[in-house]
This record gives sequence, C-alpha cells and structure tokens, in this order.
Amino acid sequence: MKRKNPYLADEAGFYGKFGGAFIPEMLYPNIENLKQHYIKIIEEDSFQKELNNLLKDYVGRPTPLYFAERMSEKYAAKIYLKREDLCHTGAHKINNTIGQILLAKRLGKKRIIAETGAGQHGVATATACALMGMECIIYMGAVDIKRQAPNVSRMKMLGAKVIPANSGSKTLKDATNEAIRDWISNPENTHYIIGSVVGPHPYPDLVARFQAIISKETKAQLLEKEGRENPDYVIACVGGGSNAAGLYYHYLDQKDVQIIAVEAAGKGILTNKSAATTALGKEGIIHGSKTLLMQNPDGQITEPYSISAGLDYPGIGPMHAHLFESGRAKFVSITDENAMLAGLELSKTEGIIPAIETAHAFAIFKEMKFKKDDVLVFNLSGRGDKDLQTYIDYFEF
Amino acid sequence: MNNRINEKLNKEGKILSIYFTAGFPRLEDTRKVMLSLQKAGVDMLEIGLPYSDPLADGPTIQESSTAALKNGMSSQKLFEQLEGIRNEIHIPLIVMGYFNAMLQFGVEAFCKKCFELGIDGIIMPDLPLEIYQKEYRGIFEKYNLHNIFLITPQTSQERIRLMDEVSNSFIYMVSSASTTGSNAGFGKEHMQYFERIAKMNLKNKLVVGFGIKDEETFMQATKFTKGSIIGSAFIKHLSKNGIKSIPDFVKTIKS
Repeated sequence: MKRKNPYLADEAGFYGKFGGAFIPEMLYPNIENLKQHYIKIIEEDSFQKELNNLLKDYVGRPTPLYFAERMSEKYAAKIYLKREDLCHTGAHKINNTIGQILLAKRLGKKRIIAETGAGQHGVATATACALMGMECIIYMGAVDIKRQAPNVSRMKMLGAKVIPANSGSKTLKDATNEAIRDWISNPENTHYIIGSVVGPHPYPDLVARFQAIISKETKAQLLEKEGRENPDYVIACVGGGSNAAGLYYHYLDQKDVQIIAVEAAGKGILTNKSAATTALGKEGIIHGSKTLLMQNPDGQITEPYSISAGLDYPGIGPMHAHLFESGRAKFVSITDENAMLAGLELSKTEGIIPAIETAHAFAIFKEMKFKKDDVLVFNLSGRGDKDLQTYIDYFEF
Repeated sequence: MNNRINEKLNKEGKILSIYFTAGFPRLEDTRKVMLSLQKAGVDMLEIGLPYSDPLADGPTIQESSTAALKNGMSSQKLFEQLEGIRNEIHIPLIVMGYFNAMLQFGVEAFCKKCFELGIDGIIMPDLPLEIYQKEYRGIFEKYNLHNIFLITPQTSQERIRLMDEVSNSFIYMVSSASTTGSNAGFGKEHMQYFERIAKMNLKNKLVVGFGIKDEETFMQATKFTKGSIIGSAFIKHLSKNGIKSIPDFVKTIKS
C-alpha cells in the first residue's frame, strides 16, 4: 500500500494534523513493537493466505452487494447494500478481530484483551480467540453489561472472561480505559485488539487495513452489476468509524465518489444527549490519538449519548477527523428517532432488520436528496438481532 | 537552567515527593494540603491536575480525580488557587496531569501561567518524548519548566539515554509494569531494575514512583536512587484520616 494517498496515515500515524501516539511511556514498547512489524507481517504471503482462507470459509466473505430494489424505487436512486450483517457474528467487526489475532500470534502474544460497548466487538474478539485457542479478556462498562446481557452470555459461552469497567460513566470509553490499563500492567504477553479505527498509531491504520476488504469487494461487485467500480456515494455510520473506514478505504482518493458519514445526534445536537462528534467536538486527545472529541472547555471528556451503544463514543478515528476537516467527507447527524424509523423502514421495505448503529445511515434520506441515477452504496454494517429489545421498547410492538 | 528542583536534587539525602490531587477531598483543600505536607518535611510536591480519563492511574487516583472534578476543579481553578503560593511554599512544585488539559488551555498559556506562579516542573505521562522534542520543548524551556519523563522496566537503554539527554532534572522511574497504586511491594526483580538503571550513570538523578506506600518500600526504592514519590498511599490516608493527620503519614515514611 503506497503512502501517497493524502487520506491515509503517514509514517508517524498522522492524518493531516490528527492521529499520532499520545501514550504513557508504559505503552511505548508494545506500540513500538506493533508499529515496527505490522505492515511487514500483514503483507506476508503466508499471512494473507491464512487470513483470506478464514475470511472466506469462516467469516463468509465475500459478503453480497445487494441491489435494494424497493428502497431504490422509493427514493428514486440506485441503492446498494454491502451486507456486512451477513458476516459470522453478525457485523463487520470480525474482519478486524480475525486479522488482529493472526497478527498477535505472529508477534508471539498469548493473551488477548479487548474493549466493547454494545458487545459486538467483544463477541467478535471472543470468537477469534476461541478459534485460535487463546486466552481472552473483554472489558465492558458495567452499565453496558446490564443493557447488553445476551452479548455478555455469548462472550462467556465462547470462553472469554468479561470484566466490568466501573470507572467513569461505566460505558465504552471507560472499558477502553480499563483495557489500556490492563495492557500497561501486562506489557509482554498481551495483545490489545482495539475494535475501531481509534487509539494510538498504528491502530487506526491497522484496523482500517483489515476493514478495507469491504471496499475492495464493493469495487469488484459494483463493476459486475453497474459496469463501474465507483458509485456516486458511499454512506456509512460513524461511531469510532471502523465500518465507515472499510467502506471508504479504496474510494478515499477517488474524487468522483462522494463520502457521507452519519453520526448519532442522539436526542439532538442542541440537547446534552448526543454523540455527534464533528458537530460538537473539538481537537484534543482521547485514547492516545489526537482527533475530534467531545469535551468541556477544560479538556475533560464529556459523556456521549446515543440510543445505539455502538455509536456512544465521544471521539472519532483520526482518519475521519481529517476527512471532516479537509472537507473530503460530508458529515450528517441523525437523531435517535430518525434512526429508529429508518431501521423500521428498511425492515419493512427490504426484509432486513439492521443494527441501530447501521439504521442511522439509512436516515440519510431525511437529510439529503439524490438524483435519479445516482448509485449509492450503504454499509449495512450489522444486523439488528442484538437490538430487538430496544426496537420493541421503542415501537411498543 | 536550574530551578528549585535541581537545588533540591543537589542537596544531600533522599527525597520524599508526595503527589496529591488538587481540589481533593474538598475544592478549597489544595493549599491546606500543600502547607501541611511542607510543614511535615516533604521535599517536593506533585500537584495532580485531575483528569476525566487518567490512563496511567489505578483506582485510588481515578476516584480522587473524579471527586475533585465534581468539586469543580479545573486548570483555571487550580491556577487561581495557586495565586501567591510562593509566599508560603518554598519546596519544588511540579504539576502532573494529562496532556489534553494542557492542550485545551493552550500549551504556551499553561506554561506561562506555571512560570508566573513559581511552578518548577511538569509531568504529562501522555506527552511522548518525540512530540515534546518536536513541538513543545522550546516553550517549556522558555518558561524554565522541567519536563519530567517516565521510564519503566521495559524502556530500552537507548531510549533512556535519549530522555537523559533531553531532561534537566530527574528521570521518573516507574517501579513496575502497572498503573499507580499497586500494592504488591518490591522484590528482587524490582531491586535489580533500580540498580541496573542506577549503574547507567545518567546525568539526571533518579526518582522512583508507583507502588511506594510505606517506610519499607521507600527505603527499597531509594537504595540506588535519589528519592521516591508517593501518590495513591497518601491519597488513601488522606481520604480516611483527613488533612489533620498528614504529619502522621509523613512520619511513617521518613522520620
């Protein structure tokens, strides 16, 4: 992968002014080790072969690029869905955990730690660990453990130990803090599988590379269906931003492709209950990365809110912060209400119940108009089974 | 340039430095805690600027930080509280916090304020050496603030040499791979690490922190080094026994 693309990380892990590794010295040897080796390892033929076999036979790739006929009719555009919800474990998260676990093995690590919010990344990590017979510890906010009980049970069944994070707001941000503290205390035998394109360099780049398969496949599939590799729009929801990074990756330097990022406005960006980072955030440092984040004037990180636990993060990955600041991507924020309605609409129109995170992307039709022949590719990043209770409570089914 | 930290380091004897969280237990306790610690014979103070997400800290300092923030502590508030502090406090003062707080205040404005108040050094665990050198060293030096770097048992000798080169006060030796407040005590492995670094004959003195909680661990930590820093154990004592009992705590460490 050449570094000439201005939207990818430079040698020091910066995307424009965002990124880098603002880490306590305790993490330096681990991060440095990863930084020195990750590109070399993942570009090895034997690594690629093992990864591709697992992606094909275990994860179920390539995922379909599905032409959503009824949605297309309704909104008078050509709407394609990249079906990451059909991946093993029900979301794109496993693309990254399978890649990172192979990397961890080659780095000689024996113990895996991860953070999780809604539990999707936790389940994907526990799955990869079970597959490889590795010890797995998942940090999860105490509040999230309560509201995402089925995923906690899944992780336990897969053999992972789930440790509650009791600090701060007891959600994703705090689970990430606890995972980082664990890594500080276990610097030699442990690899930390971050679940999104966040954290210190090289994580944002590493995770983006493992998710890039999404746009790689999309190009080939769209060529087959439309006779062109590039759609007019790529659209994805952004919490930390891993599914979006995957869908955008091979389109970043394709000027004819418009990039749309959908953030969670929660109850609205003017309320105190929102997770719309580009609308409300300022440049700062979170989890070792310089990026846009929600904070008070003193630099204390504020608690985000979204109905979807996966978008409930006060920052965004540095790549996305750069896409926002440079104007390469258009950011839109969608309220809980519009996301829930969009989730219901997709269910009834196409027979696909999306994760609430994903549903945010489909609410774009409330904010933007498209031309009749515009080709739109959505990342259908996860399925909605995990959110059934939230849907039921919301719509009073 | 030298300042109070160097003067203290160049004197005979071992140094006891205490870390406390500003604005804890109550918002207006910052000054009282400082005065009491100075009076009890502590050699240096680390004023902890509380942060919402202190990655390098264990539960004790996380909790004191959360409490201090709830009390209303902030960079601005701390600077207000420290106004005129040099009329009363004569020992070296170091501000310890996380880099985002400094970034939001403005790095230069933060350093200038510290200089005006008579602060001698800054510890920002998540401001890495490379970025400090490239972007901020000039500002720190302009305001005669020593930036203090952390090393751990995993830090390479080459990197320690580099930090030694860039530093002009002391190297903060983190005693073991852990966050603050570890209660495990020191064994042979720790002692070998302290000795190994001492034998590097660095130009900067060594001060050990993380896991020092009583006289025994203080003696172990300072066997090969100039001094040690106590944080969590002090905060625990303060939470339980209050400001009045600060002299009792200091006596148990260094009589």
